[in-house]
Amino acid sequence: MWRKRAEIALFVTPALALLVAFVVVPVATAVQMSLYRWKGFGPMVDFVGLRNYVSVLTNEVFTDAVVHNLVIVVGSILLQLPLGLAIALLLNRKMWGQGLLRTIIFVPYVLAEVIAGVVWFQLLQPEYGVIDTMLAAVGLHGPEQGFLGTPEYALGTVLVVLTWKYLGLAVILFLAGLQGVPDELYEAAQLDGASWWQVQRRITIPLLGPTMRTWGFLSMIGSLQLFDMVWILTGGGPANATTTMATFLVNEGTKRQNFGIAGAASVVLFVIALVLALAYQKFILSRDSKEGGR
Amino acid sequence: MSAVTTPARTSGPAPARSGRRTTFSGGNPLVYAIALVVVAVTLGPVLYGVLGGFRTNAQLAEDPAGLPSPWVWDSYAGVLSAGSPFWGYFLNSTIIAVVTTAVVVVFGIMAAYPLARYRFKGREALFMVFVIGLLFPATVAIIPLFILITQNYHMGNTWWGVALPQAAFALPMTVVILRPFLQALPTELEEAAQLDGASRVGFFWRILLPLSGPGMVTVGVLAFVGSWNAYLLPLLLLQGDMRTLPLGVADFSSEHSADTAGVFAFTTLAMIPALVFFLAMQKRIVNGLQGAVKG
Repeated sequence: MWRKRAEIALFVTPALALLVAFVVVPVATAVQMSLYRWKGFGPMVDFVGLRNYVSVLTNEVFTDAVVHNLVIVVGSILLQLPLGLAIALLLNRKMWGQGLLRTIIFVPYVLAEVIAGVVWFQLLQPEYGVIDTMLAAVGLHGPEQGFLGTPEYALGTVLVVLTWKYLGLAVILFLAGLQGVPDELYEAAQLDGASWWQVQRRITIPLLGPTMRTWGFLSMIGSLQLFDMVWILTGGGPANATTTMATFLVNEGTKRQNFGIAGAASVVLFVIALVLALAYQKFILSRDSKEGGR
Repeated sequence: MSAVTTPARTSGPAPARSGRRTTFSGGNPLVYAIALVVVAVTLGPVLYGVLGGFRTNAQLAEDPAGLPSPWVWDSYAGVLSAGSPFWGYFLNSTIIAVVTTAVVVVFGIMAAYPLARYRFKGREALFMVFVIGLLFPATVAIIPLFILITQNYHMGNTWWGVALPQAAFALPMTVVILRPFLQALPTELEEAAQLDGASRVGFFWRILLPLSGPGMVTVGVLAFVGSWNAYLLPLLLLQGDMRTLPLGVADFSSEHSADTAGVFAFTTLAMIPALVFFLAMQKRIVNGLQGAVKG
């Protein structure tokens, strides 16, 4: 018996030690930090209770950042769900070059967000960027400060670039879901005289439900943590028009050394993500288990 | 309904097959047109960057949407030259990704083994520790991580200082993917090994490890790609010669903002390793992601 215990300990300890040192301790420190005024040196002594939370939650830059994250959460799903579904249904037909198409559509997802961001930053330069040049060719004018430099357009532009980057993931996951639909269903529907569109609407899309709901969950969690793309494209600007919770807390932590504020923002980010994850679980994912069998 | 009608059509599956071929045929020009648009939008920005690296800044300024004429190799040659920081960034990215992957795979399979194949009290509770770990993204703990690693662990600006936390945050997903994989291996294998006198550790070493190759490759590839593309943690922890490729690309683009052709060349060359790795490992990456969704 002791031998079995020792074996279990031997196998599990390295992973647990790593988790404790690099996940548990940092997360606990974030919570501790959030209760102190602390500039990063010496012990935390200046206990301020919940004052950091008050100042984060009443800071317009942060509350705007929460709104930006929510816009990205909803916008990503509204853009990528129909587009991804359309492309997946398209690619699910037997057609020439299908394998190559699947590879190509996945390329942006594999690139680092930073690399995609640097390329798009160049494309979106005002005047001499290729997007503005193409607009000028059809008689349109981009905004004077560029799409990323104009507060009204900046967040929408970030959303478009994110859609370009992450659409491939939706397509690949939906295609996998489509492969799970038995061929007999299509054949039966066709024998009954259903059109292609009827087959998609009545059979394929409903059967893809679980895949779409899980993809939506992943997309939501990713949008709430958004950092890299915003940091590269706009740095959170112009005039905080694209700040996210993550860029806010990194800014407070590294540039201003306001570790208490950064800690409070981390905890708020975690709580928002947790609440949305639980709500999604309860109201959307739970359908899958109710429908049973899958 | 159709199950009733099908046998009546005595030719059996034949009409279904031909019906399928006409409805799902690839002959529709509209489908190809849409596919072409999708390809153009997807690859356009990438190709523009690749071609931009072959142009001069004068060419780029004169006609941003044009093709290289003449083709100029200088920007690419400059990035790849011996004095360029590119190779240093490449080396750092490679070492950090390899260490991250090795730690994730080794620690992950070790932890998944007793969780999958030992019977003991508290097994599910122990597994829950890893499941709960899924809820904590590195972003939430990024500032304390930065302080702890630089001040307490004394690993600031080192390969380990980035690789170990990356591995730690990748471990929960790894264990969650590997455990059902190990559980699926038949128990007869274990019984046979016991009859042959192998201990549980011997079984792990000689039978389970070789059999779980595909599962380990899948989680390994995901960990490698995640590390290779990571930005936030290296941004806070690495400076100067220790920087990784994503940091190098971002810094090159802000430091040489006037040299657009150089930025395109640098960015393109930084894309290549990830793309080659992706093409080689495409099946594994896609399977891993799909496995994660099916959960």
